[in-house]
Amino acid sequence: MSNVAEISALSGFFTAAFLLLGSALALIGSLGLLRLRSFYERVHAPTLGTTLGVGCIAMSSIIYFSTLSGQFVFHEVLIVLFVTVTTPITLMVLVRAALFRDQTERQDASSTSIGSSPRPRE
Amino acid sequence: MNALLAYSLTFAQISLGIAMICAAYRILRGPRAQDRVLGLDTLYVNVMLMLLVFGIKSGSTLYFEMGLVVALLGFVGTVALAKFLLRGEVIE
Repeated sequence: MSNVAEISALSGFFTAAFLLLGSALALIGSLGLLRLRSFYERVHAPTLGTTLGVGCIAMSSIIYFSTLSGQFVFHEVLIVLFVTVTTPITLMVLVRAALFRDQTERQDASSTSIGSSPRPRE
Repeated sequence: MNALLAYSLTFAQISLGIAMICAAYRILRGPRAQDRVLGLDTLYVNVMLMLLVFGIKSGSTLYFEMGLVVALLGFVGTVALAKFLLRGEVIE
């Protein structure tokens, strides 16, 4: 608690505000991952943490280290750029895999037992 | 004012820890394989955010590079697992 370096009040306030916002967004996204019912709903929830959560915490880190070192430090932009580029690719490939698995299982179910109830999408 | 920063650092660590527990629960109890992969992706992102918070708390820029490496490994791992779910093999 006491090993936080002394920085000015204004930048300390902004660091704390962005930190609280980013971590709360990441927590809400993970709670959505826990609470939502089907997989296609669950895909949407963690993107709250991967876009705004990463952006806010990186912004807080930029403000803190810029104030601490006295010059403009912005290498956290690398993480934001990388995550922003890779998250849609990841989720698109994952949802395509899930759709493929659902379709193959539906075909298997309809070929083995005709007239059976559709499989619950859980 | 630095007490505010210290308290918010602690709050951020606690809430990111709870978020990691949620993602780990989804990995362990996910009803299907794609839920587990999604939980793993979320866990990687939360670990990366936790490393950034550690970096602010300790005041060293070393944690930033660890966060970058974790983000890279998370992307590669999730895409490889999704590819495995889609095709049955990773490299064809």
